[in-house]
Amino acid sequence: MAYDYSQIAALADPTRRTIFERVAQRPCSVAEITRTLPVSQSAVSQHLKVLKEALLVRMEPQGARNIYHIDPAGLGRMRAWLDRLWAEALDEFRLAADRPEDDSIKEDRENET
Amino acid sequence: MTTTISPSPVRRSVTVKAAPQRAFKVFTAGFSSWWPKGHSIGSVPQKTATIEPRVGGRWYETGEDGSECPWGDVIAWEPPQRILLAWRIGADWKYDPKLLTEVEVHFVPLAEGGTRVELEHRLLENMGDKADETAAMLGSEGGWGGILVGFGAAADAAA
Repeated sequence: MAYDYSQIAALADPTRRTIFERVAQRPCSVAEITRTLPVSQSAVSQHLKVLKEALLVRMEPQGARNIYHIDPAGLGRMRAWLDRLWAEALDEFRLAADRPEDDSIKEDRENET
Repeated sequence: MTTTISPSPVRRSVTVKAAPQRAFKVFTAGFSSWWPKGHSIGSVPQKTATIEPRVGGRWYETGEDGSECPWGDVIAWEPPQRILLAWRIGADWKYDPKLLTEVEVHFVPLAEGGTRVELEHRLLENMGDKADETAAMLGSEGGWGGILVGFGAAADAAA
């Protein structure tokens, strides 16, 4: 199975790797991660941002806090793919819907009163 | 216990000049006329894609050689307001009748004319339903554990 180089690259940093492993154990907040590491909260946030961009973790707001979860390989990419797919598909749909009505889809026009 | 893995739904909307009635028709009966042809699931190039107009109707594509490849089915059919489809294609690009992800589309009439079409593709976490397997994979040597070890070795060698 091929993994994205960007994901491996994101795990290059040992601190980032530790953070990822922490999140993999159970979902947690930035503050919770910071408490167990000798780095500042803003550094942890930066690392999480990189992990998020590499689709390794994802964030979910829970009240005032953001909880980080792992994003299993494939799932994040699948979601990103679906997001792009629907954006593109709906663009095409809009063009089709706004095309003059003399085309294909009019079989039950006569049913309309 | 909350689930660990649940990607947020994909939400997209688009505004068209057409009234809901026509928008619904183009979306469903005209599905093949706008669905990007490049996005076929089957192994052969896609010729048409179809949503059968009824609850329980099939949602499938037809290849140029006439072969059919199922995508899912129609759960709710409420012209011209709403359609709810089951998308049963997993992260492995295979049709799985037991997999349920939902695509819900609302056709909202606008006061100034036209329609806002709101689409939500949800229950994506079901694609990761093998969550146990995923967790095991992550912990195994072939999973992240192994990748991290491999990466560490490569990084050390490069250092």
